[in-house]
Amino acid sequence: MNFDHETTKLDFIKHRKKFFIFSGVMVILSIVLLSTVGLNLGIDFKSGTTIDILTDAPPVSEAQIAAEFEEIGLVPDDITLAGDNNEIGRAVFIGVLNQSETLQVQSHFEEIYGNEPAVSNVTPMVGEELARNAIISVLIAAVGIIIYVTIRFEFTYGVSAIVALFHDALLILVVFSIFRFEVNIPFIAAVLTIIGYSINDTIVTFDRIRENIKLEKRVKDFNDVARVVNKSLVQTLARSINTVLTVVFAAGALFFFGGEALRSFSFALVVGLVAGTYSSLFLAAQLWLVLKSKQLEKQKKRPLQESEA
Amino acid sequence: MSKKRKGVKSGLIVVFFVIVAAFAALIATNVTDHAENISLGLDLQGGFEVLYEVRPVEEGQVVNRDLLRDTVASLNARINVLGVSEPNVTIEGDDRVRVQLAGVSDQQAARELLSTEARLSLRDVHDNMLLDGSDLVEGGARQSFNPDTNAPIVLVTIDDADKFGDITSELKDLDPPENRMAIWMDFEEGDSYFEEILKEDSKIVSDPRVSQTLRTTDIMITGDFTVEEAQHLAGILNAGALPVELEEIYSNAVGASLGERAMDQAIFAGFIGIALIFAYMVIYYRFMGIMAIITLSIYIYIVLVVFNWMNAVLTLPGIAALILGVGMAVDANIITYERIKDEIRTGKSTMSAFRAGSRRSLSTILDANITTILAASVLFYFGTSAVQGFAVMLIVSILTSFLTAVFGSRLLLGLWVNSRILNNKPRMFGVKEDEISEL
Repeated sequence: MNFDHETTKLDFIKHRKKFFIFSGVMVILSIVLLSTVGLNLGIDFKSGTTIDILTDAPPVSEAQIAAEFEEIGLVPDDITLAGDNNEIGRAVFIGVLNQSETLQVQSHFEEIYGNEPAVSNVTPMVGEELARNAIISVLIAAVGIIIYVTIRFEFTYGVSAIVALFHDALLILVVFSIFRFEVNIPFIAAVLTIIGYSINDTIVTFDRIRENIKLEKRVKDFNDVARVVNKSLVQTLARSINTVLTVVFAAGALFFFGGEALRSFSFALVVGLVAGTYSSLFLAAQLWLVLKSKQLEKQKKRPLQESEA
Repeated sequence: MSKKRKGVKSGLIVVFFVIVAAFAALIATNVTDHAENISLGLDLQGGFEVLYEVRPVEEGQVVNRDLLRDTVASLNARINVLGVSEPNVTIEGDDRVRVQLAGVSDQQAARELLSTEARLSLRDVHDNMLLDGSDLVEGGARQSFNPDTNAPIVLVTIDDADKFGDITSELKDLDPPENRMAIWMDFEEGDSYFEEILKEDSKIVSDPRVSQTLRTTDIMITGDFTVEEAQHLAGILNAGALPVELEEIYSNAVGASLGERAMDQAIFAGFIGIALIFAYMVIYYRFMGIMAIITLSIYIYIVLVVFNWMNAVLTLPGIAALILGVGMAVDANIITYERIKDEIRTGKSTMSAFRAGSRRSLSTILDANITTILAASVLFYFGTSAVQGFAVMLIVSILTSFLTAVFGSRLLLGLWVNSRILNNKPRMFGVKEDEISEL
């Protein structure tokens, strides 16, 4: 791969309005989806109990697990199977089981399958706190990133980077909403990682723009900035593709071979990586271009108005 | 081309191989020791985690930091009874205590041992208190055997033999069932002897009949104990009563076999991911890709050592963060190598392309890494245990990747470049001759 910015016909700027519309539609769709269908919140965010039962004789069926629970007088609200050979049964109870019920479940299934099932109890208070913490963390991180980028670059870069960041985070949430994947604590870690990756990816492109702007003799209007932005994007294209490929190798290996426990985590990573690359190639720099050219126009008008007065 | 080209400094290449051999020897000799020393989290090792809300036990008692610290101290003393080597008891928020016990075999016993308040009291059948925990001699409880039946019992020591003598001399003259002395654990206002004694899981450990005056400091508690249960009860009494009431609000029990499976799979996936990255780097960046593989291997080793040295607990999200960290380290390499290729394409010599490429990529890598560390720090500060583990791993990864991928890679590649052996060999860097623009 070699992208020579002088001979290439790649133009990231011409179609920017299409990218904006595409991203805009995605964001609106996201908000509609999240407010209607919502997310498939795992037990980390819902009051209740989940019980993971590792059986010794795979595969088990939902009916089999349900029958075992019936024997001890409990009716799970949902039973799903997990594991490569369906050797794990996962029972979900909305509403927390009390201590004696939990002990009963543990000893009953240990007797049958020789493995003590994993029991997780969550009260909504803990889940709410987790979700609130995560959102607060992201907001604080966003403010921190804007401050850092403003110091090292310029305020316009910071704003564009944060828009791209929220775009990526929202996209992961939507994919999880559509596929009904369970949202759990590792998922939150994944979203926050993607936010880190997204910002990392955007900064690398912005760094090249900053460097190229310094080299330009004349940066006065939209076309000048557009030329620099396109040149920078083409120059960093090989790096953008290679980096996302290698990280996707790692996340993809986790997705395919990492087992049930890491599946939703690694899926969120892969989706986020693709979204992060898309937003730094087609969204962040273009957004910055619009902000920067507006800023240039203002600067042009100001001395004019002053001379008129 | 003759082998003895002018100006080739073969000494630098020798230095390169010495450095690589030294690291290879270091890694080969103790990587397994370091890998084995890492303490595994609940999800990998199996174990038990409980989050308690601390409630005041007496009216007017305020839950503050001091009280929480006392609670943690008594919980730690109790966990010692269980014999868990590395318990993790932490204060969370204003009124929460999280207890993590990795590798506990008997989770049911652990749970009961932790949540009982261990407030021992001796009462008459009308629930009037005769003796309580304050009358006990500290550390005076021990497991023993009933001299008559050889059944396991618990012996407690009280500080005043006369007090016990007075109590027993009063009780012995009463008519049955008034002459019984109930030994309560965790008596609460509103509990009644006659109701409780009928319950299967009674708070009354035993209710011996008093037939004579006992002027002694040793009180024998007979119950339906196994030796282990009696030892636990003695241990709890010695550890002291909890100063508070603990309400279990969250618990997470992981069977170890489930954890082991997850562990094996995650490690397998990690190896595949890293192998793919290595293969891609060599195919795409040729000679520089080999340098990347060496520095990435050293990176993984250093992360392991640092993690061990920090005594951190490795969890599944932590492993994921490590693999992600590899991606970040690869990115630093890619940014540098792309820059070097750019410089070669502009027609610069190998040596000056290397110097210019290294210099120009530094600020990019620096800015990109600092912003990611910023995000990881926020995660660490606000996250819970699992997310914190992830954040720690990410921060360690980024710092190490900066060290290895920036300085390590530069040093190793620099040795080759400065030896001049790579001069006029752009293909070794993945650049075709016809891509180089004429000066």
